[in-house]
Amino acid sequence: MLMKELLEYVAKSLVSSPEDVVVTQTETDASIVLNLHVAQGDMGKVIGKQGRIAKAIRAVVRAGSARENKRVIVDID
Amino acid sequence: MNQIKISAKTVDEAIRNALDELGETLDNVTIDIVEEGTKGLFGLGGKEAVVIVTAKEKEESQIQLAKSFVDGLIDKMGLICETEVSDDEGFIKIIITGSDVGGIIGRRGETLDAVQYLTNLYVNKGKHGETYKRVLIDSENYRAKREATLVRLANSMAAKALKNHRDMMLEPMNPYERRIIHSTLQSNSKIITRSVGEDPNRKIIISPK
Repeated sequence: MLMKELLEYVAKSLVSSPEDVVVTQTETDASIVLNLHVAQGDMGKVIGKQGRIAKAIRAVVRAGSARENKRVIVDID
Repeated sequence: MNQIKISAKTVDEAIRNALDELGETLDNVTIDIVEEGTKGLFGLGGKEAVVIVTAKEKEESQIQLAKSFVDGLIDKMGLICETEVSDDEGFIKIIITGSDVGGIIGRRGETLDAVQYLTNLYVNKGKHGETYKRVLIDSENYRAKREATLVRLANSMAAKALKNHRDMMLEPMNPYERRIIHSTLQSNSKIITRSVGEDPNRKIIISPK
């Protein structure tokens, strides 16, 4: 739950349409997959040039998940 | 913009109602009186007072924005840290302290860089030119310590390159860290530095001239 909130918080802070930010979480034994969905026009704001923003988002989520015993994967669609 | 047009028996009453409706205080609004209102005779033929009350745009300062973003981020990351924000010659400088700073710095400052980058994006969202404010985030003097380490590394690797007459390849570094290496060795006339590869694996090679 916490990881989902963290990703939502970061994504909503960056986009123009925070109301369109949706994060879904799927959990398996070994990993947590977070799927980030944003408005079409906001894709660039969460990916960035050469994925630089996406990389920073993943770094922050990874750092936040240090206490989880699972790998946390962030997918952007 | 938060604006409301309201009519009442008197101007005062209209303003009071408008403030109530907007949830604002008198200091935070501008008031346009459209109609003063008249009492009329024996309660007949009176005109209602009409006012337009506009809430002032609350321009939260970029400094406050930066602090609240980082505080929120730390909280959601499940870390316990304090932040201190200041205006440092046009830069917004945030210092993070507390028992969990290791978590916010990350391996080789990776997390700290990510937090700094995201905060820059957030604070400058939709802004251009002169309102653009750069945010610098540091913790436990990490950046100054890292710079000292890189300067030491640059000098010792340069010495090795000269002694063994061969190229020395450094580990991958971000642009900021590479710049420290380049500028440290710039004045060394016996050495050439260059970067190879693509970010994030771009690294420096130190060669004897």
